[in-house]
Amino acid sequence: ILERRDQMNHQKIQTEFHKKIKEAFEVFDHESNNTVDVREVGTIIRSLGCCPSEGELHDLIAEVEEEEPTGYIRFEKFLPVMTEVLLERRYRPIPEDILLRAFEVLDPAKRGFLSKDELIKYMTEEGEPFSQEEMEEMLSAAIDPESNSILYKDYITMMVIDEN
Amino acid sequence: MNTPNLEDMGCGTSSATKDKKSEKALKAALVIQNWYRGYRARLKTRQRYALTIFQSIEYADEQGQLQLSNFFSFMLENYTHVQEKEPGLVTRLFGSSIQDKDRQDYLELIEIPDSYCGPRLQFPLTFTDIDLLIEAFKQQQILHAYYVLEVLFETKKVLQQMPNFTHTNTSPSKEITICGDLHGKLDDLFLIFYKNGLPSVTNPYVFNGDFVDRGKNSMEILMILFVSFLVYPNDLHLNRGNHEDFMMNMRYGFTKEILHKYKLHGKKILQILEEVYTWLPIGTIIDNEVLVIHGGISESTDLNLLHRIERNKMRSVLMPPIPMDGDRAEKKNKLGTTTVAQGSRTSGSFSEQLTKQEWEQVIDILWSDPRGKRGCYPNTNRGGGCYFGPDITSKILNKYQLKILVRSHECKPEGYEICHDGKVITVFSASNYYEEGSNRGAYIRMSSGTTPRFFQYQITKATCFRPLYQRVNAIESSAIRMLKERMISRKTDLIRAFQLQDRNKSGKLSMGQWAFSMENVLGLNLPWRSLSSHLVTTDKDGNIDYMSGFQDVHIQKPVKEVQSTLIETVYRYRSDLQIIFNIIDSDHSGLISMEEFRSMWKLFKSHYSVHIDDSQFDELAERMDLNKDGSIDFNEFLKAFYVVHKFDQLNKSDTKLA
Repeated sequence: ILERRDQMNHQKIQTEFHKKIKEAFEVFDHESNNTVDVREVGTIIRSLGCCPSEGELHDLIAEVEEEEPTGYIRFEKFLPVMTEVLLERRYRPIPEDILLRAFEVLDPAKRGFLSKDELIKYMTEEGEPFSQEEMEEMLSAAIDPESNSILYKDYITMMVIDEN
Repeated sequence: MNTPNLEDMGCGTSSATKDKKSEKALKAALVIQNWYRGYRARLKTRQRYALTIFQSIEYADEQGQLQLSNFFSFMLENYTHVQEKEPGLVTRLFGSSIQDKDRQDYLELIEIPDSYCGPRLQFPLTFTDIDLLIEAFKQQQILHAYYVLEVLFETKKVLQQMPNFTHTNTSPSKEITICGDLHGKLDDLFLIFYKNGLPSVTNPYVFNGDFVDRGKNSMEILMILFVSFLVYPNDLHLNRGNHEDFMMNMRYGFTKEILHKYKLHGKKILQILEEVYTWLPIGTIIDNEVLVIHGGISESTDLNLLHRIERNKMRSVLMPPIPMDGDRAEKKNKLGTTTVAQGSRTSGSFSEQLTKQEWEQVIDILWSDPRGKRGCYPNTNRGGGCYFGPDITSKILNKYQLKILVRSHECKPEGYEICHDGKVITVFSASNYYEEGSNRGAYIRMSSGTTPRFFQYQITKATCFRPLYQRVNAIESSAIRMLKERMISRKTDLIRAFQLQDRNKSGKLSMGQWAFSMENVLGLNLPWRSLSSHLVTTDKDGNIDYMSGFQDVHIQKPVKEVQSTLIETVYRYRSDLQIIFNIIDSDHSGLISMEEFRSMWKLFKSHYSVHIDDSQFDELAERMDLNKDGSIDFNEFLKAFYVVHKFDQLNKSDTKLA
């Protein structure tokens, strides 16, 4: 009996996931023909609360693309893959404290801030480098105009508040 | 045995520790980048949602017009009754046009005071007049009504000589620029002229409709475009848009703008404008290859027919041709004789109208939207025109040996969009259309044999560009406000729908149930699950407290004792009522008689199936003390119904009421 209840619960959860995924997909489906531009798939996946790295995203896209890539992703292919991702709780977002520690690693002298040049260097040269647009956007919000540096603790707090 | 530790051996910062350090830095950078990309994606999505809200509401409003249009047809069908109650009302709707000799008489009566320091135009117009206007409008001057009328009279005269479709050619050295909707946003027009140069013989333009409504400088845009047209009639091409329609103007703000800026002569300006609109060409064809029209096409679009029709008989989307049948012929004849137009051919009945088929062809051109789905379907969102698929585009373009369709009519985040395999281009030139930061504007430059080039721009008020999250916050809160106002205007219906599903009267519904009701009642196709956090409170089991959606908004009650349902109804239909009142108020005084007010309400009530006692309405009107000498100032009446948001510092009235 427990198994039956679990099964029904699972069904319910899956249905809700399906609806959530459909909603997120539709917003980017400009021509209302159940396809989205492949360049927007990353945004859709992230809007559903997942945080894949660029590499992981690349792999996901490969899973949902057509055999002969058309530049468009169809909903029929996207739905099952994305449902699995949500059910398995893959690509969980970064908790606030881990994020803070990451900034602290880049600031070994524990000054409490990163200079603009330091941030640019790390973000555009290390890891999965930012594009120019991404870098500019991050700077526009992160830079404290008076010190011309990034007071990372304040920045994180501000972003977290904004999201909630 | 201990493995030697490099640091213990006093080697200082060896390559091993360096690697460890840079590995740590790499990991840290990855964490930050990952987090930021997720955050940025969620910002972009919120921006998209806001745009979707704006757009859905905009189209739902347009759809409301269909009902209004049916209402007018209903009035006409019940003509005899209406005529008794509203003598002349129907005649006013299908009123006669002005004779040309009116022009001289009227203009002679207008005096321009010496104190007028606005721009003075010299007829015949030259390019210096274009410069003059632009400079004056940059300083926020207002063009005197005398000149406005002269420009309108002249424009009508020249437009009358032009065919339904303008045919023009380009060459490698003479590109043409195509601009989309401007909607009264003067700064965008200035920006286009600044970036792309003023119109001239070597710099031709096509303006693809919707010059007016919504923005606050529709008159100035119109004057610049018309004056430029008069100076360069063969190089500045104007297409009619769905907003070049006197009834649309009543609802979407241009009529108000004119009556506000031109208190003395506004009425006359509106009269002439109505006609000028009908003489605007339906479209432009470039190099026999590119069709430029405002909205789109349908599967039955017949360009040959459209070339032939008498386009000036298309007065308004809200005035479809009245069906003619045997028994009505006599009554119609009566009406026909009272509406004699200039030089009319008295064939008896309704030579004033297009045939139903012709009228629908024009509506399709002005109102249709392209979609990815194949085939042709009624455009239910807007209530007029259709949705046309890529197969329709191919069919129609091939039929007339055309290559590309350039159209406008829909706001696009990047200012332009290409679809249907490159065959359809949408160009939209009003940046920040819904809200500051909502979208870019664009224009196209093209010449035969070359690929079209797109130019984008966005007007920013602030000297420094605000960070993305601030811009997104701004348009998101604006969109949510509008949505909440929508909800409150349908509060009774929504509650009824919720309660139907709430079997055990718990006050709660599942997400699915709530989303279903919201979509059904409001008729808006929106991502309700994602938006729910902004609109209602959810408990820890994921269930929604549906009444919480109405908590921080309410409609200001102009009078305490009146029932909420009446208030809600007037608020909900205020745009329609505005149009109706404006039509009754034929001398544009802002006043209508109490009798007219009452009988219009009765007709409205029965057609829209509104179940409210007449006595309630009378009481409302009386208690609002708007009864001045037996007339009602209807603008004041409608303004008194506005939504109050609990968390507003100041009492803000409806942000988007045109």
